[in-house]
Amino acid sequence: MTGERWEFLMPSLGADMESGTVAEWLVKPGDRIRKGDCIAVIDTDKALIEAESFHTGVVEALLAGIGERLPVGTPLAVITGAAPAAELRPPTRGSPPVSPGEKTGMERRRREPSPAGGEHGPSWPHAPSPVTSPLVRHLAERHGMDAAAMHGTGPGGRVTRADVEGIEIPAKVKASPLARRLALELGVDLTGVHGTGRTGAVRADDVREAAARGSGTGPRAGTEQAVPGRAASAAGARTVGKPDLGRRQGLMRQAIARAMSRSNQEIPHYHLSTTVDMDTALAWLRERNRDLPVARRVLPAALLLMATARAAVEVPQLNGFWLDDAFVPGDAVHLGVAISLKGGGLIAPALHDAAGRDLGDLMAALKDLVARSRTGRLRGAEMTEATITVTNLGDQGVEEVHGVIHPPQVALVGFGKILERPWAVGGLLGVRPLVTVTLAADHRATDGYVGGRFLNAVDRLLSHPEEL
Amino acid sequence: MTPQHAQELIKDALIQVAPDADLTALPLDADFRDILELDSLDFLNYVQTLSEASGYRIEEDDYPAFTTVAGGASFLAAHAGVG
Repeated sequence: MTGERWEFLMPSLGADMESGTVAEWLVKPGDRIRKGDCIAVIDTDKALIEAESFHTGVVEALLAGIGERLPVGTPLAVITGAAPAAELRPPTRGSPPVSPGEKTGMERRRREPSPAGGEHGPSWPHAPSPVTSPLVRHLAERHGMDAAAMHGTGPGGRVTRADVEGIEIPAKVKASPLARRLALELGVDLTGVHGTGRTGAVRADDVREAAARGSGTGPRAGTEQAVPGRAASAAGARTVGKPDLGRRQGLMRQAIARAMSRSNQEIPHYHLSTTVDMDTALAWLRERNRDLPVARRVLPAALLLMATARAAVEVPQLNGFWLDDAFVPGDAVHLGVAISLKGGGLIAPALHDAAGRDLGDLMAALKDLVARSRTGRLRGAEMTEATITVTNLGDQGVEEVHGVIHPPQVALVGFGKILERPWAVGGLLGVRPLVTVTLAADHRATDGYVGGRFLNAVDRLLSHPEEL
Repeated sequence: MTPQHAQELIKDALIQVAPDADLTALPLDADFRDILELDSLDFLNYVQTLSEASGYRIEEDDYPAFTTVAGGASFLAAHAGVG
């Protein structure tokens, strides 16, 4: 109506990102998109991230080619449409999760002509949200179906092309990070590779095999997933795979270096620690798990995350951001979870509204987040929304972690290994499983007194696990 | 279940959680969590996969036996049904 145009810019997906590469376009010119739709997959050197549109409209042009390295803020696409001024704002941190009832097909369609009330927040994976790509929605419309009302089988309940067409199309191929990189290097189309890993995930060996056979390379009939300009000969490409992996790990290292240097330069850290007796918590968890199917077992790590999230609700001064010389509290506890990637490096995506979940739900969300960090894709919001981060090095056998805050957050909570140690209980010396909890906090935002209250809350919550 | 069959199931389950690992070089009696850099979530996924494949529900109390290929194979051979 008003003929407004927006540029979809290379998003900043974390404090450590300076540039990125479009790994895949999920839309093409002429596609109608809604705010919150994923329109491109961005390779940030650390992970493949699905970037959402902040606008509702029509894709006019794609400006960036696949594989082109571009600085944050570079226009990648042009979107035109008639959206009111409200749509121009970036998504507010305060938008509540969209309730399932709000997302019915009728609601969505009615919104389109007059989207004034359509302040959609980003949709979160925790209520299985019927997020669809425009491509899938078009397919659904063509088939006379409403994608928003369909049951999706994709990650996070997403409706995939296969759901719409009722046939097997690997719209989102699961693959290990190593496999993805090899595939890009060898010009292998992952959609054509038979995966032998968990739930059919493509492994590096599968890619090598496909490259050697020459199958899966080049465009495949019926798909447009093949990467243009990557039709490198398999024989020649095999030898360049290794150095490039090294280069990519170097880029990941540089990204971490930037963020951590900035943190150390800008943030006056203070560090506190306390020791928590995990005896009650572990006994409670063991009993709980005994009655559950193996698939629903909860790890102590999830209990530690839950205690952290609840403590952050009690001490909100540690949950949020330091922006423009002032503390901005988070709207909920979006718990950043430091996840080590198998090829080396680290990523800390957000587990949305961790404190609002029950323990089983939190565990399921953690599994999903780790799996997607390592073999799938994360969403842009997950990369930018964390309000406080947890690092758990217990599995590495480390006793305590003195963390470095991820700016612009103001606190980082660290857990070490749960170890059996002598411990005085009720005047008697006994052997108990203990964990050291540390807090690194931004002294600009809080003082040690607040940090102490937070650690005490974690201790108390872990002593009453049944309330978590 | 024969130890050989159990060992196959274990290796299949391991390749699911450590897709890029070379299992041919894995010592049978070493704690593979260190060698394959598995965290507690990976180990839970491994136990889950193995429980489903073997039809034997591996309890948390049994976990220590399952940290090596040989230990898991003999445990399953002793406890799991014919499969």
